[in-house]
Amino acid sequence: MKPPPFEYHAPRSLGEALDALAGAGEHGKVLAGGQSLIPMLNMRLAAPGHLVDINRLRELAFVDVTPQGVRVGALARHAQVERDGPAAAAQPLLGKALRLVAHPVIRNRGTVVGSLAHADPAAELPAVLALLKGSVRLARPGALRDVAADDFFVGPLESAVAPGELAVSAFFPAPPPRSGTAFREVARRHGDYALAGIAALVVLDNDLRITSATVACVSLGPVPLLVDVSEAVGHRPAASADWASAAGLVRDRIDPEADIHATAAYRRHLAGVLTERALRDAAREAADA
Amino acid sequence: MSTRLFGEPVTRREDPRLLTGRGLYLDDLGAGALEVAFVRSPHAHARIRDIDVSAAIEVEGLVAIYTWEDLPGALAQPLPLLIPHPALTHGRTAYPLAREIVRHVGEPVVMVVARDRYLAEDACGLIQVDYEILKPVVGVEEAAQSAQLVHEGVPGNVGAHLVQEVPSDAGLGAREAIDAAPHTLSFRLDIERSASMPLEGRGVHARWDADDRSLRVHSSTQTSTSVRMAIAAKLGLPLPKVEVIAPDVGGGFGVKIVHPWPEEILVPWAAITLGHEVKWTEDRREHFVSSAHERAQVQSVRVGFDDEGRVLGLDVEILHDHGAYTPYGIIVPIITSTQLLGPYRIGAYRVEFSSIYTNTVQVTPYRGAGRPQGVFCMERTMDHIAEHLGADRTAVRAVNFIQPDEFPYDQGLIFQDGRPLIYDSGDYPESLRMLKELIGWDDFPARKARAAAEGRTIGIGVGCYVEGTGVGPYEGGHVQITSDGRVHVSTGLTSQGQGHETVFAQIAASELGVPMEMVSVVTGDTRRFGYAVGTFASRAAVMSGNAIALACRKVREKALRIAADALEADPRDLEIVDGEVRVAGTPGASIPLATVAVLSNPLRYAFDEEAARATQFAGAASYDRPPVADGEEPGLEGRDYYSPIRSTFASGMHAAIVETDPLTAEIRILRYAVVHDCGKLINPMIVEGQIHGGVAQGVGGALYEKMIYDGHGQLLNASFMDFLMPYATEVPLIETAHLETPSPLNPLGIKGAGEAGVIPVSAVIASAIEDAEGIRIDRMPISPSDLFDLRRAATG
Amino acid sequence: MHEITLTVNGVLRQAEVPARRLLSDCLRHDLGLTGTHVGCEHGVCGCCTVLLDGEPVRSCLTFAVTVDGRDITTVEGLADSDGPLSPVQRAFAECHGLQCGFCTPGFLCTVTALLRDNPAPTDEEVLEGISGNLCRCTGYQNIVKSVHRAAEIMAEEP
Repeated sequence: MKPPPFEYHAPRSLGEALDALAGAGEHGKVLAGGQSLIPMLNMRLAAPGHLVDINRLRELAFVDVTPQGVRVGALARHAQVERDGPAAAAQPLLGKALRLVAHPVIRNRGTVVGSLAHADPAAELPAVLALLKGSVRLARPGALRDVAADDFFVGPLESAVAPGELAVSAFFPAPPPRSGTAFREVARRHGDYALAGIAALVVLDNDLRITSATVACVSLGPVPLLVDVSEAVGHRPAASADWASAAGLVRDRIDPEADIHATAAYRRHLAGVLTERALRDAAREAADA
Repeated sequence: MSTRLFGEPVTRREDPRLLTGRGLYLDDLGAGALEVAFVRSPHAHARIRDIDVSAAIEVEGLVAIYTWEDLPGALAQPLPLLIPHPALTHGRTAYPLAREIVRHVGEPVVMVVARDRYLAEDACGLIQVDYEILKPVVGVEEAAQSAQLVHEGVPGNVGAHLVQEVPSDAGLGAREAIDAAPHTLSFRLDIERSASMPLEGRGVHARWDADDRSLRVHSSTQTSTSVRMAIAAKLGLPLPKVEVIAPDVGGGFGVKIVHPWPEEILVPWAAITLGHEVKWTEDRREHFVSSAHERAQVQSVRVGFDDEGRVLGLDVEILHDHGAYTPYGIIVPIITSTQLLGPYRIGAYRVEFSSIYTNTVQVTPYRGAGRPQGVFCMERTMDHIAEHLGADRTAVRAVNFIQPDEFPYDQGLIFQDGRPLIYDSGDYPESLRMLKELIGWDDFPARKARAAAEGRTIGIGVGCYVEGTGVGPYEGGHVQITSDGRVHVSTGLTSQGQGHETVFAQIAASELGVPMEMVSVVTGDTRRFGYAVGTFASRAAVMSGNAIALACRKVREKALRIAADALEADPRDLEIVDGEVRVAGTPGASIPLATVAVLSNPLRYAFDEEAARATQFAGAASYDRPPVADGEEPGLEGRDYYSPIRSTFASGMHAAIVETDPLTAEIRILRYAVVHDCGKLINPMIVEGQIHGGVAQGVGGALYEKMIYDGHGQLLNASFMDFLMPYATEVPLIETAHLETPSPLNPLGIKGAGEAGVIPVSAVIASAIEDAEGIRIDRMPISPSDLFDLRRAATG
Repeated sequence: MHEITLTVNGVLRQAEVPARRLLSDCLRHDLGLTGTHVGCEHGVCGCCTVLLDGEPVRSCLTFAVTVDGRDITTVEGLADSDGPLSPVQRAFAECHGLQCGFCTPGFLCTVTALLRDNPAPTDEEVLEGISGNLCRCTGYQNIVKSVHRAAEIMAEEP
């Protein structure tokens, strides 16, 4: 299973990369980690005319932590972000999700931004970005734009990155005070794509009552679905929150598909179970925060 | 015979090279070879109307394109049907390249030879085949009822139909016995399709020497001798001019016993035609759609039993999914039918199978070769009987066991080797006792209750099997001791990781009394040994192990005779220790085997000092005898064959404790225990490794692995992403205990161990999940999604 | 075609490769280092794992041109040339951690990096570390043992 031929570009600067992408237009694909793209090429499921290899753009391998949150550059590998202490402290949900992404060796090459741009609804990071209401910064020669998570994931394997654009970084906002996050998924084997996954964010007030609870869904629709379950759980302490109601709300809102690994009904069922478990975990973390 | 090495966990000779990247697997060979890729059918059933290669001609590096029309003589005929059987009335095999009709996705249509594989694939992508799509038949029940035919002239898609019956002692047939029984049950079982899936796919490399008119082929095969015969026949070459070598092979598990693969004859033919080395290395997708699968069966079971759970009659009807072709005959369903009986003495037995064609990849043996299906049937039956009677599942089994004093036990059937199914030895009650102790069977109800109190759902399962191993017809061994004292051992069968180089060296070293370091072993190379059957059916240790032992005994006997002469001693007073032949108890009276080797070959010419000892003027000549006596041969060599009267029967019992998540239906194996009896152990470490690997494949088959075809005959999960093989995280700790009931049938007393681990696993896991959930588990593999569905159906 | 330079097992190597040449094929066929094996070419089996600047990566999911100028260690480079086997290699031999040997180079590279970063891993950490490598022969039992044994050997030796 050998890849088909392509024009190869190995830019040494961001400007060069953007020019190459602009030139290739809709025939261009960005090569960063390659852990999703190269299998497709090897299986000849994709045959882009141009590959723009950004692996030499060291300036994009950053993980910048500020009080606002974590900005991850296009070349920051999953493993690098996973191991970044300040990033983990600033936004713990990143680490929780990254631990579930494929296997350690894949994480040595795959990039966070690449995973977002790939926009696989079965992937963990799009759900994280959606839950945290983060954004992706897209560049073309002479122009930069930030696209909010809500607008970034357009469809299965379809992101807002337009032909000729490069996703240069992604921003994961820091959690509000007295909040907690969790990520729960069920996969067939360790490291496989989730059959269903839920990322949860719970925010408490000074009396430790829930002010907001939201979940983002993995493998349960064409894009990561964000569901606000604040009203369902109620403005109550975690111990008396109505998690079951939140689970029911999520089950009603999602649109899971059947595939060879699981039925739609099972996915819907899992969504409910994982919602409760993730919310409970997140609330516990919020209470300890 | 020194038993110093036999029975010891000696570390492996193979490891130094394999650990340093110096193994030589098929694709490591032939650096300068042209490479091959195939255009394979994207349709499950179609007629080829036209093949247009014009767009591919311009591909840089293209060397040749071949279709069926280019194939000469015997190459243009269907591939051989390897194991004919009277019941296989409608056997069908494929053409090496499709001739007009393709019958499964993946069937090879066009062969492309190019400078490298990348370019060959480019060319393949540009070849246009015009197909008229025909309606495919998928699913064994659909195929059995369909008017749609996979093969013309094979009504009902039935390739074979066989009924075997063994009446009860009282002469009752199974159906009568069941009707007369106090209790009856009937139910259906389903096993889904899986596959061997070694991590190295198939591969063939061929080199034609035009000067010498000889062909050397390397193939990642389990039977180089058979591949050789097939190539010679198909290419019209004299057998001595064809050599086939199995290099290091990255796993076989059955799929590499089929021969000749189309590629095994096409690649050599291309090498001859093009006058250049040619190599084909299969990729993973090809392996999924063009090698072989196995396991899929639907079973309808009726059983009659008494109040103790004694089986009075068992009637099983099997629909066996054969895929599109039957090159390996009906061995798999025959093994299912016969090994189904397991360690039990049942009343009357009737088994009927229909082997059905479908437009899917062909079915040939995969580790276990039909036994897992048979054991699934019998073990689910035992569990259902126990459930019906409210009895302990092990008690029901025990009451049906063949007892230790009943061997040899004749089950009254003909086995896969064409010989009577007669168990030679075993101790099933003791195996069960050991297993129950190992897993804590008697304590389990209390554990289960404690878990339930914590909100956890756990269950325990058990499964027993008997495995016919060491099937014939024969294997051979050759041993030569050369004048440097080295011992060269060869046997014709092959190796795929079983440690043969080590195990056979252990046997030879033990038999001959030489240090293991002096022994080298070659397997699977027709240049060294030309008569063999192959490595499959857990037979290598039994067959070649014994043959090598017998060959060593010949060499030993000759060595002692020659040494006795030289030492002026009685051969019966001699022993061989550390490569020295010596008079027992008399230090100083000894002669190295190296020298014996020299003396065994009376020479005219001395080319070194050692050789000078054997020349015609060197020693006291005996003038009334020729230097090489009648019936003797020069040299210290022995060749012998082991040909068993019938198979020898290993056995085993497994137990597992599983936990199911009450909400997510995820299934986790908490403990897995194995009691295993393969007679005497040559190398316990290697045997255990075989069991571990088998159990892991069994876990795959129980919980993860399933080939999923859609109604159009498309294999939906033709990649490792979606065909789920277990990683380390999916396989539990495997606890093993051994029992040894030696085989009386062979000189070493050994039985086979290669397949044992995989055989009962689906049955055991189903048994445990059923115990945990209280829901019938009659289809494997089972996923959390499946369990969720079963739970919902159970609660209505 | 691209001229690339790779430092493989400490030796500077050059190759001329098309851009689409996978690193696995470059190592095996352009550089003649056939110890790295190819099991799937979709990144799942791990047989092709090598060390890139010391980090385990799938060579079947890497283009050779992407890693031009970088440092690669393959199974052939885990032991000192003509020297004794590395602790990891020795442990696998001791514990019967391989059978057919096809997946072994991938495991060896993965485990070498794992133990370098975590010299005393727990059972869980070992499983997590090797969770992306398939083996069809051993059932993983002895591979796990080998990793722990290698850790022991490394702790015993300076």
